[in-house]
Amino acid sequence: MATAHIEGDRIAVAFAHVLRGAGLDVPVGSVVSFAQALGAVGVGAQRPVYWAGRATLVTRPEDVSVFDRAFAAFWLGEGSAPTAHSEVVPLTVVTDDAAEDSPAPPEAATAPSAPTLTVRYSPTEVLRHKDFAACSPAELAEARRLISDIRLRAALRRSRRLEPARRPRGRPDLRGTVRGALRAGGEPVRRAYLEPGRRPRRVVLLCDVSGSMEPYARALLRFLHAVVAGGSRVEAFAMGTRLTRLTRQLSARDPDAALRDAAAAVVDWSGGTRLGADLRAFNDRWGVRGIARGAVVVILSDGWDRGDPAVLAGEMARLRRVAHRVVWVNPLKASPGYAPLARGMAAALPYVDDFVEGHSVASLETLVEVVAR
Amino acid sequence: MDPDGVRAALAAHEYLADEGLATAVYLAVVLRRPLLLEGEAGVGKTEVAKVLSRWTGGELVRLQCYEGIDVAQAVYEWDYSRQLLHLRTAEVRGAAGGEPPGPDLEDELYSERFLVPRPLLQAIAPTGARPGGADRPAPVLLIDEIDRADDEFEAFLLEILSDYAVTVPELGTFRAETPPVVVITSNRTRDVHDALKRRCLYHWVEHPDFEREVAIVRLRAPGVAEALAAQVAAAVEQLREMGLYKPPGVAETIDWAQALAALGRSKLDEAAVSLTLGSVLKYREDAERVRSAGMADLVQAAVTRGA
Repeated sequence: MATAHIEGDRIAVAFAHVLRGAGLDVPVGSVVSFAQALGAVGVGAQRPVYWAGRATLVTRPEDVSVFDRAFAAFWLGEGSAPTAHSEVVPLTVVTDDAAEDSPAPPEAATAPSAPTLTVRYSPTEVLRHKDFAACSPAELAEARRLISDIRLRAALRRSRRLEPARRPRGRPDLRGTVRGALRAGGEPVRRAYLEPGRRPRRVVLLCDVSGSMEPYARALLRFLHAVVAGGSRVEAFAMGTRLTRLTRQLSARDPDAALRDAAAAVVDWSGGTRLGADLRAFNDRWGVRGIARGAVVVILSDGWDRGDPAVLAGEMARLRRVAHRVVWVNPLKASPGYAPLARGMAAALPYVDDFVEGHSVASLETLVEVVAR
Repeated sequence: MDPDGVRAALAAHEYLADEGLATAVYLAVVLRRPLLLEGEAGVGKTEVAKVLSRWTGGELVRLQCYEGIDVAQAVYEWDYSRQLLHLRTAEVRGAAGGEPPGPDLEDELYSERFLVPRPLLQAIAPTGARPGGADRPAPVLLIDEIDRADDEFEAFLLEILSDYAVTVPELGTFRAETPPVVVITSNRTRDVHDALKRRCLYHWVEHPDFEREVAIVRLRAPGVAEALAAQVAAAVEQLREMGLYKPPGVAETIDWAQALAALGRSKLDEAAVSLTLGSVLKYREDAERVRSAGMADLVQAAVTRGA
């Protein structure tokens, strides 16, 4: 019996090793559980072992296919165990402060300075209003430093949780009254009251990373990181050829690591745009059932959608029915003579509460104020 | 007892589990670990806890999560109005020349008489705090839709699930004599924290396959003719492929079969589907889509498949 146990433990550890090699995250505690489960179901029959592994080593439906292949390789000797292939990430998207890896334009020969008196803004002030698309690499690096300081404060909502009221209003607080009475020798002198507290609403950011957004994607992703890592109730998604949830990756404190992981998670940077389909995926999987309810939803996109505008309009309508407010951030809005003629943008506009710019540091700071309204 | 035994026992109590779910349930009971069930709405996650309670005879204690749920609603509360009454009574007695309220008044107020246990405390100390009742089977604690609660609550839950104990500052610590069987469900509107997942066994609940769904309808809606049950299950199978806003779950399949049976139908036809579509599709857009895709094809295919 004891030998069987030791056998099960060794098998569990060895199999966990194979899974880790395949790229699954297998904590030690899970291996211990798996070993215990093997003790319960035995290692003789294959199917109980398979399901014991599924129940203890897999925690996300996405990991099932990797598990299945690893299982077949390890227990049945079929095929070879999958190995995690490290994606080659297009570094241009994520390398930060790109001043050193892309040669900066040579300094123009300094013109002979004429003795003129000019009033000048500080360079930071100029940069804050400069369009990301027109920034040099060095300016972009500086802009990203400014963006890193941005924090999001969402509008408040009344929560169900009650808090002590300063004035006699709301519901009588019996608990507080009892406590007070005890201090006053049993006489409920002061009546305490409770009123609903206020909590910040959730903020959901959906950032378009398709080809047409390329000049802005880097800066906006930096913005996403700043607000996800700096806030507690912020969710972030990338909309490309597929919808990808980035909250987990962007939660890391270190911006470079966060952006690298986020870039690795997005399947296809600068691909085609499928706004309607991505929004549909968002509504189906996350939005309508949970995180968009009562939230401030911010869509960062130029509105170029190659799909059917009717689909986008329908999904925007669904989103608006559950969200508290829908804000659309369009980097092109600042261009002189811009009119929302892109079919997708035109289809979405009737369902947008606030339509704002997003081409510069200053406009992102304005966005923060809009979200907090 | 082994996974197959669990499967048979669940079936005897009207729940048809597949092999994977039966194994996960078996391990949860044997290893005394919480079972985290994720899956689409309506695949029967909550039902697992109910059937476990029927099977083991343990009391079902349900905690429905929602945004903003806190300790007072989940663990315990004091019965403040009775405490106040008690206070007044003590005072009146003192004024009438009886015992003046002494320093032990506070101990009286915060004694078990005035404690209102909420689901988590009920599951850990089923008989309040008194020992005894030890021969009763462990309760089944259902923590429903954990994804709706917030992170702070999840962290708190983790604490309770790690040693099945609750501390009430005024009274001390309640510890479970026999830990409850814990079933946690999530619709995955957000990811549950890894720390909680590590503590649990995990199973992703799929929609049942065609044969199992027919069997479920037959079991849960005995008044439905076999041919109708098969046709309804076949039609639902198709509806799930249509990319609807809300694909029907098992509960909807049962409802639909019962609705058709209530109208005295014994087989699917276009008129019947049209009349009862509201019991299976819950969005106007979904109903429109099915109608415009052609009800005749749906019925035709379902009748063929269900034959």
